[in-house]
Amino acid sequence: MSFLLAQFLSGLAQASSLFLVASGLSIIFGVTRIVNFAHGSFYMIGAYAACWVALTVDSAAGFWGGIAAGALAAGILGAVMERGLLRRLYRSPELFQLLATFGVVLVVQDAVLALWGPEDLLGPRAPGLTGRVRLWGQPVPLYDLFLMVLGPVVFAGLWLLFHKTRWGVLVRAATEDREMTAALGVNQSHLFTAVLFLGCLLAGLGGALQIPRGSVNLHMDMAMVVEAFVVVVVGGLGSVGGAFLAALLIGQLQAFGILIFPEITLVLVFLVMAVVLVLRPYGLLGRPPVEARGGEAGPVLRPAPPWAGWMAAGGVAALACAPLVAGDYALLVLTETLILVLFAASLHLLMGPGGMVSFGHAAWFGLGAYAAALVFRHLGLGLAVGLPAAPLLAAAGALVAGWFCVRLSGVYLAMLTLAFAQILWSVAFQWTAVTGGDNGILGVWPGGPFAARWAYYELTLALVVAGVVALRRVVFAPFGWTLRAGRDSPLRAEALGIDVRRHQWMAFTAAGAFAGLAGGLDAFAKGSVFPTHLDISTSVDGLVMVLLGGVQTLAGPLVGAVVFHGLETEMLRHVPYWRAVLGGIIIVLVLAFPQGIVGALSHRFGRSRDS
Amino acid sequence: MTGDALLVVDDLHAFYGRAHILHGVSLSVAAGEVVALMGRNGAGKSTTLRAIMGLVEDRRGRITFAGQDISRLSPHRIARLGLGYVPEDRRIFAGLTVLENLEVGRRPPRPDAPAWTVERLFDLFPNLAEMRNRPGGRMSGGEQQMLTIARTLMGNPRLILLDEPSEGLAPRIVEMMADAIATVKREGLAVLLCEQSLPFAGLVADRAVVIALGSVRHTGWMGDLMADEGARQAYLAV
Repeated sequence: MSFLLAQFLSGLAQASSLFLVASGLSIIFGVTRIVNFAHGSFYMIGAYAACWVALTVDSAAGFWGGIAAGALAAGILGAVMERGLLRRLYRSPELFQLLATFGVVLVVQDAVLALWGPEDLLGPRAPGLTGRVRLWGQPVPLYDLFLMVLGPVVFAGLWLLFHKTRWGVLVRAATEDREMTAALGVNQSHLFTAVLFLGCLLAGLGGALQIPRGSVNLHMDMAMVVEAFVVVVVGGLGSVGGAFLAALLIGQLQAFGILIFPEITLVLVFLVMAVVLVLRPYGLLGRPPVEARGGEAGPVLRPAPPWAGWMAAGGVAALACAPLVAGDYALLVLTETLILVLFAASLHLLMGPGGMVSFGHAAWFGLGAYAAALVFRHLGLGLAVGLPAAPLLAAAGALVAGWFCVRLSGVYLAMLTLAFAQILWSVAFQWTAVTGGDNGILGVWPGGPFAARWAYYELTLALVVAGVVALRRVVFAPFGWTLRAGRDSPLRAEALGIDVRRHQWMAFTAAGAFAGLAGGLDAFAKGSVFPTHLDISTSVDGLVMVLLGGVQTLAGPLVGAVVFHGLETEMLRHVPYWRAVLGGIIIVLVLAFPQGIVGALSHRFGRSRDS
Repeated sequence: MTGDALLVVDDLHAFYGRAHILHGVSLSVAAGEVVALMGRNGAGKSTTLRAIMGLVEDRRGRITFAGQDISRLSPHRIARLGLGYVPEDRRIFAGLTVLENLEVGRRPPRPDAPAWTVERLFDLFPNLAEMRNRPGGRMSGGEQQMLTIARTLMGNPRLILLDEPSEGLAPRIVEMMADAIATVKREGLAVLLCEQSLPFAGLVADRAVVIALGSVRHTGWMGDLMADEGARQAYLAV
């Protein structure tokens, strides 16, 4: 009994720091509508800065000064990010801000690496709070008690700030209706900077307070941002009270989950999120988002002119001749690029015409890859069965997940897709007997007529071209028009008798099938499958490719995949601090082409054609 | 009249995407004057107000307010110059209380405009005084309409853009609105009012500007328009 109590108290301490980080994320989203992917980075900055100050100034003043310095550093950098970057993007599509913050994630990772090196840092323990007290016979660290008290104190402070100050009232007003707030004379740009400062300050404080509880390392950003997203989504976007409740729930889940279901600890949190979102689509305390004012339909997608078709055909013909000149390594690179093109194109069907943003598209890519590899390993069957199995299993998975996902919209939908992807990832990671766990499945080679690198390349080219053409046909078929109608004005589409959800569900399944095909191709191209096929960074890569190219064009994701893969894999791995370079390039591209690369080109072209 | 006009709109065009909504609207409002902008559904009344307020991204033409060119300013700068905006759909902050809604609108008083306080606004709309701490989302439509006007008045504007204040309200509330407009006019405030209801406009407006399909068709005294059966038939009859 007392053991359970100790576990409960540890869960409360965990909940406190989760709450600090998540409330900052929630406040930022509520006011600016920006999904701040870099929130975990500010958490990491807070931890590193605090640790560094505390280790440099070895005293009680150093420790507490370090906590303050960590929080302030994160807050100030958050304000700088708003002024220098996000401010220029408020008129861009929402997802561009996400992409920009992802660029910041990469830059911060390398900046921290350059400043503090690759080794984990171990911070000092909190002076005066190093001991333990016995509560009901169980020793409880004093620092945990301190955190337990701090969480509610910060919660109360935020409540007072938002309800008892003019600034707080303005922030709440802007959360509900930005345009009306501006029309009443409120300067939003100051408000936004201040909100980013506060939100990132809270993230930095959460990170700084972690230093006595664990090591400070370069992976804490992604780990935290995913957890914070879960808390925010479970609690309800923009609701600080909801974040508090959800942090308590998730904190306890982590404390007790490990006792009750040790083998599915990784899935548990995401299962709970999925259940909450299915039962309460806007989180525990969230409200349905107000429809964007004066929301305009996306630009009309038109078939490319005939010359573009001929150019594409010429390009494919040139690619088909590539084995005549290219060596094995170049062919592997081309094969990988083609696979990513199909992956990006499948995600585009979801995001562009479907209007559904997925943070977990890797689920279907990975499911396809595992389908091929499992058929190979457990049934002993080769490519002839493994490759067709890939889109089938992925489509089956997407069919099930899609049924739940299309009931939501916006960030909630995106988070539910992430939940499904994380659940699949956990299964692949923890079900070692079948999937090989972290070691993956090796030796998945095509064999037979496609054993030669060039032959497999030609097969990939043929399937990818067929896939891209099929996706294009879907977009311009009546099904695609209906899908776009449902995206642009769901109510009007429903009034016409269109079952919008059903169409979205079909699109979700189709996108899953094509991603699965890409995954299956990838398994045979590399000869191996790992849980990384399913993990969040693969999903993010897909998002970056689609957004970089442009969501509202068909060629966009193709160009985005080529540019991204070219940048990431082939050029930057040889450059020190390639992450920072890639992040910098993403930021520059986002600032230079707020409509995506192809979007910008066709916009320019369209303008000149009009005039 | 344009000589001492407070608000002058000259050849205003507005676009939503590719749709060209306003085709060169010109009008003016003098200090202390109530002008009714009339026209059928879809004529461009609301878009005119939104464009003046800087809420239509794609707008062309010259708008001057109190002698200053505001055609390129952002909405909050326009508001701070003393131009208030009351939207058609009220846009009360549903999660904020009545007092908090008013707080959002509060701006420092200016020498050339009537100064409003919360208590003075509660005198103007006594219903609001009884629900100071009620969230905006739990008010009736009429109460919300009062609150949205009061919220804009908290900015101590010199002119308010009032979009269809009588729409969808009970006759008793419509009368209160007319009284309120008469009161703020007595205080020296100018009003540019979008209205479909001729009786309501006739009650409160000095002049009328009639638009159809995004351009001005008729400008004149309100009384003359009320008396001119032909003009009413041509521009306003449904």
